[in-house]
Amino acid sequence: MMHEHHPLVGREIAIRKAMPLIVRVAADTARFSLRIDPAEIEKASKAFGLNLPAKIGETAISGEKRAICLGPDEWYLTAPLAEQEAVEQAFADLYATAVHSLVDIGHREVGIEIEGSDAVLALQSALAFDIEAMPVGSGCRTIFDKAQIVLLREAENRFRIEVWRSFADHVWGLLQAAGREIELDI
Amino acid sequence: MLLIRCPYCEAERPELEFTYAGEAHIARPADPSQLTDEEWKDFLFIRSNPRGTHFERWRHQHGCGRFFNAVRDTVSDKFVMTYKAGLPRPTETELKEARS
Repeated sequence: MMHEHHPLVGREIAIRKAMPLIVRVAADTARFSLRIDPAEIEKASKAFGLNLPAKIGETAISGEKRAICLGPDEWYLTAPLAEQEAVEQAFADLYATAVHSLVDIGHREVGIEIEGSDAVLALQSALAFDIEAMPVGSGCRTIFDKAQIVLLREAENRFRIEVWRSFADHVWGLLQAAGREIELDI
Repeated sequence: MLLIRCPYCEAERPELEFTYAGEAHIARPADPSQLTDEEWKDFLFIRSNPRGTHFERWRHQHGCGRFFNAVRDTVSDKFVMTYKAGLPRPTETELKEARS
């Protein structure tokens, strides 16, 4: 399996102080980029088994499936690895009635989970917008230092970054530096 | 950090996510082969380059990926307003409202 050879596998940044910060690599999932006419969103929701959010920045979660609306006609879908083929088949069947593009980007991206009361602080070191104002349960594509990421706020103090594997080391290094600064209170 | 409002995301996003894409509202001639070289040169290369209010295209490249139009003051670098691609140029009164 490709993901086992990723440089971040098994690594963790843990600052276990009064205000903790835990950064770890997320379990691998199937990831898709879906482009479809917003008018056909209901059909796509049915194929994926989850109501796709219609507004940019919104996310929808059901079980282990997740959909983020990144653009007017673009969604970022994640699903458990075991369901990858079922999702692909469902969308292949949908192609007869609704033209769309579903691209498997599972091996392109790495998930990083950032958790703890200092998560906002650690992320703010490399993000140019106000993350505190980001609503819980929203997601967006943005720039982390110089790398393009998809940022998700899963809970008040829990974030998830989806980043290209080629940029993952860079993002990880920055989080490590931020974690070190938090540890030393500087 | 300069914040730009994306009319598709309906949110203020950092300038880093955007790329500039030249002057807005330049319609491509319907039939370029009918044009003289002079007219074609004007379409390709001649831009207004104003001092002050400028209508321009931007792309929210590292966000929703859409092209949109913006009104920016080239002296102060302040964005007056942004609006979706395909919409007509805002009128003077609309601009005045956005400035106030």
